Amino acid sequence: MNLVLDIAVTHVRHRARQSLVAVAGVAIGVGFSIMMAALMEGSQNDFMKVLIDALPHITVSDQRRQAPPQPAEAAFAAAEIHGLTPQVLRRGIKNPLAIMAGLEGWVPGAVAPSVKVQALLRYAGRDIAASISGIDPRREPKVSQLATQMRQGDLKALYTAKDAIILGDRLAEKIGARLGANITVQTTEGARVTAHVVGLFHSGVRAADEGNAYVLIKTAQILAQQTGLVNELRVRAADPLSARRIADRIESETGYKSVSWQEANEDLLSALVIRNILMYTIVGAILLVASFGTYNIISTITHEKTRDIAILKSLGLRQATVRRIFLLESLIIGLLGAVIGWGIGFGLTVLLGSVEFKVSAVTEITRLPLAYSLWHYVLAAVVALLSSLLAGLFPARKAARLHPVDIIRGAT
Amino acid sequence: MSSAADAASSSLIVARDATRILEGVVPVTLVRGINMTVRPREFVAITGPSGSGKSSLLYLLGLLDLPTSGEVLIGGKATAHMDEDERAMIRLATLGFVFQFHFLLPEFSILDNVMLPMRALGQLSLDEIRARAHQLLDALGLSDRAHKLPEQLSGGQRQRVAVARALANDPPVILADEPTGSLDSKSSEQVFQILRDLVDQRGKTVVAVTHDLGLARRMDRRIQLVDGAIATDAANSHLPERSP
Ligand SMILES: Nc1ncnc2c1ncn2[C@@H]1O[C@H](COP(=O)(O)OP(=O)(O)O)[C@@H](O)[C@H]1O
Ligand SMILES: [Mg+2]
Repeated sequence: MNLVLDIAVTHVRHRARQSLVAVAGVAIGVGFSIMMAALMEGSQNDFMKVLIDALPHITVSDQRRQAPPQPAEAAFAAAEIHGLTPQVLRRGIKNPLAIMAGLEGWVPGAVAPSVKVQALLRYAGRDIAASISGIDPRREPKVSQLATQMRQGDLKALYTAKDAIILGDRLAEKIGARLGANITVQTTEGARVTAHVVGLFHSGVRAADEGNAYVLIKTAQILAQQTGLVNELRVRAADPLSARRIADRIESETGYKSVSWQEANEDLLSALVIRNILMYTIVGAILLVASFGTYNIISTITHEKTRDIAILKSLGLRQATVRRIFLLESLIIGLLGAVIGWGIGFGLTVLLGSVEFKVSAVTEITRLPLAYSLWHYVLAAVVALLSSLLAGLFPARKAARLHPVDIIRGAT
Repeated sequence: MSSAADAASSSLIVARDATRILEGVVPVTLVRGINMTVRPREFVAITGPSGSGKSSLLYLLGLLDLPTSGEVLIGGKATAHMDEDERAMIRLATLGFVFQFHFLLPEFSILDNVMLPMRALGQLSLDEIRARAHQLLDALGLSDRAHKLPEQLSGGQRQRVAVARALANDPPVILADEPTGSLDSKSSEQVFQILRDLVDQRGKTVVAVTHDLGLARRMDRRIQLVDGAIATDAANSHLPERSP
C-alpha cells in the first residue's frame, strides 16, 4: 500500500469512534440530500407532466403581438390620428392549410388546427357558458391528451351525428346532460346548432372539465359564422423543452402569435426555479454542516499528531506528502460517508415511496411522486467529497507547514 | 579552484560562520560564529553544558533549521538557496537522525517504522524494502521485535530501532542528539558500540551530541560548545590521526 494511504488509514482506524461519528454525519447528510432531491424532483416532474399535457406545447393564434398599423398611419406617416374608424380585420389565420403544411415540413412533432368559439350551452332550461373548440378527430390525438381523457365515447364519435359534441364531465353534470342528449349551442352573434352529446371527458383540470366542449371544425365554423375559419393551430413538440425555440421560429415565419407552454406558464416555472435554488442551497448547507464533523476529526488528528508530523518531516517527507496524508483522511471519511449515505438515501426514498395516502375523499389512493436519479447520488457524493476536502484543507495545510524543530526542541 | 573542490568533496558537512538567532521580544542566540568541517568516516562528539546550543547546532548541520547568518554546506553544496523540499530530500537520502527520545511512530510496527524512510524515498520495491528493514533489525539484534509496537519495547531497544531507521536509506552521515541520554549504562554502551561500528566497519560518519564525557573521549574528535560558540575543537589524542 502507498505510504500516504497507509498512514492516513492508520490514523483514521486508530480513532474509530471519532471517525465513525464524522462518517455518520456525512452519511446522514448525503442520505437526506438524496431523499430530498428524489422528492423535489419527483413532485416537479409530476407537476411538469400535468403542465405539459394540459396545454398544447405551442398555441399559434390568429392574434399578433402588436396591433397591426392602421392603413392611415402607413399612408400618411402621421404621428397621431384622431377620429378614425379602425379597419376591421377578418378573424382567423390566413391560409391555415398552407401554414400547416409549412410547419409540418420542419417542426419535429405534430400540428392540428382548431376553431375556438365562445358559446352558451342550453339544456333542460339551464344555460352555461362554455368554450367550444372545433377539432379534427384524426389529428387531435397527436397534439393533446383529449383522446386518453375520454370517459365515455371517443373522438371518432364526433362523426356519428350531424352536429356532435363532447363535453367535460363536470360541464355535463352542471347542465344535467348525459350521453345521447341533444343540447342547444348558441353564440351571442345569434348562430345556433343543436348538438348531440357523443362523449364525456375528464382531464383532471377543473377549469377544463367545467368549461370546455369539443365539436368538429365544421360545426365550430357554423357557430362562428365563417366558413373556412381556423383561429388556432396547436403544436405538440417531440421534445417539450424545445417548444420555446420552435414557437419563436413559428412566430417569426408566420407573424402569428405563438405561445409555448413555457411562456404560458412563466410564473409557475419561475417558481420552480426558485424552488430548485432553495433545494440546492439546503442540500449544500446540510452537506457543509456534515463536513464540520470531518473538520473536527481531522484537526483533532493533526493536533494529536504534531509529534508524528514533526518526525515525518524531520525524516525528510515533503510538505506536499504530509498535506496529502490529511487530505486523504478527509477524503476517506467523505467517501465512506457518501457510500453509506447512498444506502441511507435509497432506503429513505423507498420508505417514502411506500407511504400511501389520500389527498381528498374523492381521489384514489396516491403515493408521493419520487424521482430515482443516478445524478442525485453522484451530485450528493461529489458535494460531500468536496466539502470533506475543504474541511481537511486547513488542518492539512497547517500540519504540512509545521516546523519540525519547534516540536523536537519542545520534546527534548 | 580544484583544491577548493577537493576540500569540498572531502568534507561532508561544512559550517561557515553559522549563527542562529531566535527572533522574539528578547532575541535568543542559539549558536554563533560556528566554523567547522566534518570529514568522511569521522566520529564527532559535540559536548557542552546544558543549554549551550548542542541540539541547535545539530539541527543546523542536519538542515532541520536554517542559520540566520553564515551557511551550511552538505557534500560541498550550498544549502541556503534551497527550498524546503530540496532540503527534505537531502535529509531523506543523505542524513540519518537519531534523537534522544526515540521518535518512532507509535501506531506503526517496528518494521513499518524502519521501512518508512525507504518508502518515502521510493527507490526500492516494497519487497526489497521489507527485506532490507529485516536485515537492519537483524544487525541490531532486534529481529524478534519486528512486528511489535514501539511501546512494547524497552528504551534501549527503541533507540536501536531509531538507529535502524536512520540507516534505512544508507545515508553517509548519521546525526544523533544524545542518543544514549535516556538510557541505562548497559543500553547506553550497546548503542554507543553500534555507532562506533558504523564508523569503523561501515565507513559512516557520525556526529553525536553527548554530555557523557566518557563516551565523548571514545570518539575521534570532540567539539565543545560554551554559550552557543565553539570553545574547543580537537581530535582525541589517544586515537591515531586519520588522513582525509
Ligand atoms: N524555542 C526556544 N525559545 C527560547 N529559547 C530557546 C528555545 N529553544 C532553545 N532555547 C534556548 O537556546 C539555548 C540552546 O538550546 P539547545 O540547543 O537545546 O541547547 P542544548 O542542546 O545544548 O541543551 C538554550 O539556552 C535554550 O534555553
Ligand atoms: Mg539538547
